[in-house]
Amino acid sequence: MATMKKERTHSRVDEPQEIWQLRLYVAGQTPKSMAAFTNLKDICENHLKGKYEIEVIDLLENPKLAKGDQIFAIPTLVRKLPQPIRKMIGDLSNKEKVLVGLNLYPLEK
Amino acid sequence: MKKPREISTAVKRSKVPTGIEGFDDITLGGLPAGRITLLQGLAGSGKTIFGLEFLIRGVRQYNEPGVLISFEETEEELTANSSSFGFNLQELVSSGKIAIDYMSVNPAEFIETERYNLDGLLVRIEHAVNSVGARRILLDGIPALFYGFSNASAVRNILLRLYGWLKEKGLTTVVTAESETEMIRHGLGRSLPDCIVLLTEQISNKFATRYLQVAKYRGSLHGAGEFPFLIGENGISLIPITSIQPAYEVSSERITTGVPQLDTMLGGQGYYRGNSILVSGEAGTGKTSLAAHLAHAICQRGERCLYFAFEESEHEIIRNMCSIGIDFQPWIKEDLLRFRSSRATMYGLEMHLAIMAREIKAFQPQLVILDPVTNLLSAGSFDEVQAMVTRMIDFLKGKAITGLFTTLTGSEFQESPGEVGVSSLMDTWIVLRNLEMNGERTRLLNIWKSRGMAHDSKVREFLLTDRGVELVDVYAGPSGILIGTAREAQQERNVVEQVRRKHDLNKQERQCKQRRAILEAQIASLHAEIEATDIEMEQTHLEAEQFEVTTAKMHLGEAKQPGRRLERQKKKS
Repeated sequence: MATMKKERTHSRVDEPQEIWQLRLYVAGQTPKSMAAFTNLKDICENHLKGKYEIEVIDLLENPKLAKGDQIFAIPTLVRKLPQPIRKMIGDLSNKEKVLVGLNLYPLEK
Repeated sequence: MKKPREISTAVKRSKVPTGIEGFDDITLGGLPAGRITLLQGLAGSGKTIFGLEFLIRGVRQYNEPGVLISFEETEEELTANSSSFGFNLQELVSSGKIAIDYMSVNPAEFIETERYNLDGLLVRIEHAVNSVGARRILLDGIPALFYGFSNASAVRNILLRLYGWLKEKGLTTVVTAESETEMIRHGLGRSLPDCIVLLTEQISNKFATRYLQVAKYRGSLHGAGEFPFLIGENGISLIPITSIQPAYEVSSERITTGVPQLDTMLGGQGYYRGNSILVSGEAGTGKTSLAAHLAHAICQRGERCLYFAFEESEHEIIRNMCSIGIDFQPWIKEDLLRFRSSRATMYGLEMHLAIMAREIKAFQPQLVILDPVTNLLSAGSFDEVQAMVTRMIDFLKGKAITGLFTTLTGSEFQESPGEVGVSSLMDTWIVLRNLEMNGERTRLLNIWKSRGMAHDSKVREFLLTDRGVELVDVYAGPSGILIGTAREAQQERNVVEQVRRKHDLNKQERQCKQRRAILEAQIASLHAEIEATDIEMEQTHLEAEQFEVTTAKMHLGEAKQPGRRLERQKKKS
C-alpha cells in the first residue's frame, strides 16, 4: 500500500452526481488495515460504483495528518463528502454497520 | 564498566524541577525524571494549571521543550486559560517550544465497528514529541478515552504501551486523573506512576482552601502532609510554611523598638533581630502605636517593613499614627513600608497564610507586622489560628525576619494571658493593660518575658503623646502604687510637701534662733543681776565691817576693855 492511494471510477458521466470522498487512515500495513481497505473497496464497488474516491493515509509516514481528522483509532474511515463528515473505526468487517454508518441504505433500493 | 557511572548520574539527575513555587522544595527537587507522575484531583482542583506550569516553566526556566496532550480543552481554551495566569502559551507554541494536541474523544462523532486499535494516539503523541524535541509531557484528561471507546481493553492496551514508550524515551510525564478509583478501574493502579500528587479543596469555616499532597514518591523523601496552595496571577504557589528542617540562623543583632524608654527596659538595646514579638492588650491600649514605632524605626534604618492589617485600613493607620507624631508617608513613597489590609473573613486561614507568605517572598522585608492576629479567629478556630501563627513564626524565623504580632485580649486579662495561645512561642512578650481607677483609664506596659536579655520587669505607665509613646515610672509610695492622675497628683503633692518642709525648716530655724537670742538676752540680764548682787554683797560686807568698828569704839569708851580701847584710841590719835 502506498502512502496515498487514489482510486476514482466514473461510471455515469451524464448524471451530475457528487463524488464520495473517503479517507482511510492506517498505521503501517497491518492485517487490520489491509482488511479494512479490502472491505471498503468491496462496499464501494457494490454501492458507489464510479462515484467514489478513496484516499489511504498511512500515519506512520504522515503522522501530522492525524490531528486534523482527530484520529486515534486505527483503522479509521472518514467520509469527507458528502457532508456531514462521518467517522467509522474498525476493520469495516461488519458490512451492515458500515452501510448504516455511511448512510448507504437508500441507494440499495 | 560504564554501568555504575550511569547509575550515579541517573541518581543525580533523578529529579526534574517543575519551577512551581514551593513544589520543588517539598519534593526535594521536583518530579521524578523520565517517570510518570499522576496528578489527581477533582474538576477545578488545579490539575491543568499545575500541568501547564510544569510545561511552561520547563521551557522558560530549564529550557526543556514540552508537549501538551489534552483530552478536555481545546488549544484555544488552553491558550486563553494560561494567559489569565500570565503565561503566553501561544508564543511558546509558535516558537516551537511547546506542541499542543487536542484529542477530541467524542463517541457521537464516530461509529465503532469490530477490530480496531488506538495506535493513532501513539502516532500523534510521538509526532508531537518529536516536533519540538520534548523532554516533558502533560497528558491531561486521559480517562476520557475510556468513555469514548467501548473497547476498554484497547484503551488499556494503548495506555500501557504509551507509558512504556514515554519511560523508554525518558520523558518526564504528568498524567491527570479525577480519582484514583477511576484509574484503578481501568487497570492503571497505584503501582504504575512513580509519584502521586493529590490536589484537593477543603472547606472549613465556609472557606475553601486548596491543598496539595505528595501521596507517593518512589525512592525519595518528600514533605508529608497537605500543603495549602494558591492559584494566583503567577500560577500556583505552594507555601511549605512548615519547613522540613527547623534550623535557623540566630542573630544577636539588636534593633531599637522606636521607644527609647522601652529600649532601656529591654537591656538598653531593644529587640533581637529575627525574633518574634507579641504585643497583647485590650482594645485601645496602644498595640498598633507600639507596632508603628517599630515600623518607623525599621524604615529609618533604610530597611523594609510589611504591615498586615486585619482591622484598620492603610489610610486609617497612617492618619492615626500622624496623631502620635509618626509620619508613614515618606516610607511608603520610598517603598520601604507596605500595608496589606484585608478582612479576616475574606479568605480561609490557609489562604491568608499563603498570601502573606507570597507577599513576604516578593517584598523581602526585615520586619513583618500582623495586627491583630486575633482577628483571624473569625476565619478559623482557636487551634487553627494557633497553628497558623506557629507556622508564620517558623517561616519568618527561617528568613531571619523580625515579626511583631499583636493580639487583642479580653478585659479579663488575668484569666487569659495569651488569647491566641501563642505567647509561649514568642521571644518577647509585651503586655499592655488598661487600668480604670479613680474615674480614669490609664495604660500600663509590662515586659512579660524577653528571651535572652536582661529586662526590666517593672510596670511602666504608657503615655500616648503627640511625640509618640512615652513610658513613665509609676509612683510607688507608702500608700501603694499610684498611676495616672493619682501619680501626677502625688508628684505634685510631693513638690508641695518639699516646699512646705523647706518652709517649715526655715521657720523652725528662725524660731530657734529667736529663742536662742532671747535666752542669750536672758543670760545677759542674769549676768547683770549676778553682778548687781555681787556689788550688793560687797557693800553689805563693808557696811558690816564699819558697824563692827563703831561698836568696838563704843566699848572702849566704857572702859570695860581698857586694853583694846586704849589701843583704838592710840590708833585714832
